[in-house]
Amino acid sequence: MTPPRRSRGEGVRTAWLVLRKDLTVEVRSLEIAYTTLFFAVSCVLFFAFALVKEGKAPEDGAAGILWIAIAFAGTLALGRTFERERQSETLRALLMAPADRPAIYVGKLLGIIALLSAAEIVLVPLVAFLFQAPLLSHPFWLAAVLISGTIGFAAVGTLFSAMLVRARSRDVLLPVLLYPITVPVIIAGVRATAELLQPDVELALVRFWVALLLALDVVFVTLALWTFEPLMTD
Amino acid sequence: MPKWFMPLAGLAGVMFAASPFVIASVRYESTMGLVQKIFYYHMPSASMFLISAVVCGIASARYLFKGSPRQDRLAYAAAELAVLFGAITLVTGPLWARKAWGVWWTWDVRLTASLMGWMVAWAYLLVRKYGGPGSDKLAAGLALFGMANVPFVYISVNYWRTIHPKTSVVPTLPADMGGALWFSFASFLLLFVLLLRLRVHLEEQRAKLDSLYLSLDE
Amino acid sequence: MRAALLVIMLLTAPLGAQQPEAQPPKPVDEYVPVSQLPPQDQLPAAPLLVTAYSFVWIALFGYLVSVAHRLTKVQREVERLESDISKGSRT
Repeated sequence: MTPPRRSRGEGVRTAWLVLRKDLTVEVRSLEIAYTTLFFAVSCVLFFAFALVKEGKAPEDGAAGILWIAIAFAGTLALGRTFERERQSETLRALLMAPADRPAIYVGKLLGIIALLSAAEIVLVPLVAFLFQAPLLSHPFWLAAVLISGTIGFAAVGTLFSAMLVRARSRDVLLPVLLYPITVPVIIAGVRATAELLQPDVELALVRFWVALLLALDVVFVTLALWTFEPLMTD
Repeated sequence: MPKWFMPLAGLAGVMFAASPFVIASVRYESTMGLVQKIFYYHMPSASMFLISAVVCGIASARYLFKGSPRQDRLAYAAAELAVLFGAITLVTGPLWARKAWGVWWTWDVRLTASLMGWMVAWAYLLVRKYGGPGSDKLAAGLALFGMANVPFVYISVNYWRTIHPKTSVVPTLPADMGGALWFSFASFLLLFVLLLRLRVHLEEQRAKLDSLYLSLDE
Repeated sequence: MRAALLVIMLLTAPLGAQQPEAQPPKPVDEYVPVSQLPPQDQLPAAPLLVTAYSFVWIALFGYLVSVAHRLTKVQREVERLESDISKGSRT
C-alpha cells in the first residue's frame, strides 16, 4: 500500500528525521564510523605496501588508491548500516510509517554521505603524506571532486543496500551490483584527482570531470528516487 | 511456440549459413585488409548486445511499476541474451583489434563502458540465481541502471578521443559493404528475436512448473 | 575449446610482433574499399578471422543447445507432474 502524496515540506522533514535518527544511533557507539575508518586506512596502507618499490611508493598511485579505499570503505559502511537496520527491523518500521518513501531514501543517503565524508577527511591527508602527493594544493577543486563522486557512489549504494536487506547472499551481492554501475564514477573521480596532482594543473580538464560526475549524480539520484518505492514494496 | 517460429528459425539458419559467402564476396577495406571482415559479425552482435540491454531495462521498468510477470520473464531472457551477445562482441572485437590496432585491448571509453555494461548483465543473472526472495525486483532495479549506460556506449566514440571507429562509418559504407553488413545485421536481428522468444518460452514453462508444484501442495 | 583458442592466440601473437609495429591509426570515419589485398596482409589475419567467426557460430549454437536442454528438462518435469496430478485426482 503506497502512502498518499505528501507536500515537499513533509518530505524534507522526513529526510531530516531519518538522518537525525541515524546520526543519533551512530554517535552513541560510533561503531560503524571507527570500523569504516580503520578499514579505509588499512586499505590505503595495504596498497602502499604492495606497490612500494625500493622503498618508494608509486607517485601516480595516489589518486587511484584514494578512490579504491573510498569505494571499499563505502561498501563496508553500506553493508554495516543496513545490517543494523535489518537486525532491529527499523527499515520495515520506517516503510510502514506514513512517510514519503523517497524521503526515507534521501535521509539514508545523506547519512551515508556524511559517513563517507568523515572517512575522506582522514584519508586525504593520509594519502598525501604516504605518497608525497600535493593533494591539498587545490582544496576547493578536490572537495568538489570528492563530494560529487561520493554522492554518485552513495546514491547507487544506498539504493542497492536497501533493496538487498531482505535478500540472500547480500554481503557478496552488494559489490556485485554496485561496482559495475559505479565504474564511471570511479574513473571520473580518479582522473580528476590525478589531474589535480599534476605539477601544472589543467583546470579545464578537472572542470570537465566534475561536470561529468555531477551529471552522473543527477542520473543516479533521479533513477534511485524513481525506483525506491516499487523496489521496497513487497 | 507460435506458428511463425519454425519457419523463421529455418530462415535464420539459411541466412547465417549464407553470411560467410556474402561477406567473402565483398571488397576489402584498404587499411585493415582481411581482418576487417570481422566487422560484419562484430557490429551486429554489438547492436544486439545494446538492444538486449534496452529490452531488459524497459521490461524491468514495466515489471517494477506494473507488476506484470510477463515483463519479468522478458527481462530475464533479455539479460541472458545481453551476456551472450556481449561476449561475442568482446571476443570478436579484440581479435580484430590485435591486427588493426596492435593491441588486444585498450581502456578507451567505448570498450570500458561496454565491458561495464556486460558486467551489469552478468550481475543481473547472478542476482536472479542467488539472490533469494525478492531478487526479481532487485535485478529489475539493476537493469534500469544498466540501460542508462547504453546511450553512453553508443555516443562515446563520437565525443571522446578514441581509437574505436566512429558511428559515421556505418552510414558512409559503400553499397557492397553496406549490403553485406545489413544482411548480417538482419540475420542477427532475426536470431535475436527467435532466441528471445525461445528463452521466454523456457521461463513460461518454469512458471507453469512452479504453479503445478504449488497446486500439488494444496 | 578454450585451450584451442589460447593456442591460436599464442601463435598469432609473435606473428603480429614480427611486422613493423605501425602507429595506431587515427579514428576512422569512412571505410575506403579496395579490390586487391596487399600481399603482406594475407596470412597473419586469417587465424584471427577464423577464430572470430568460429567463436560466433559456436557461442550462438552453444546457447541454442543450452536453452533447448533446459527446456526439455522442464517440459519433462511438467509432464511428469501433470500425469501425477491427474492420477491423484482419479483415485
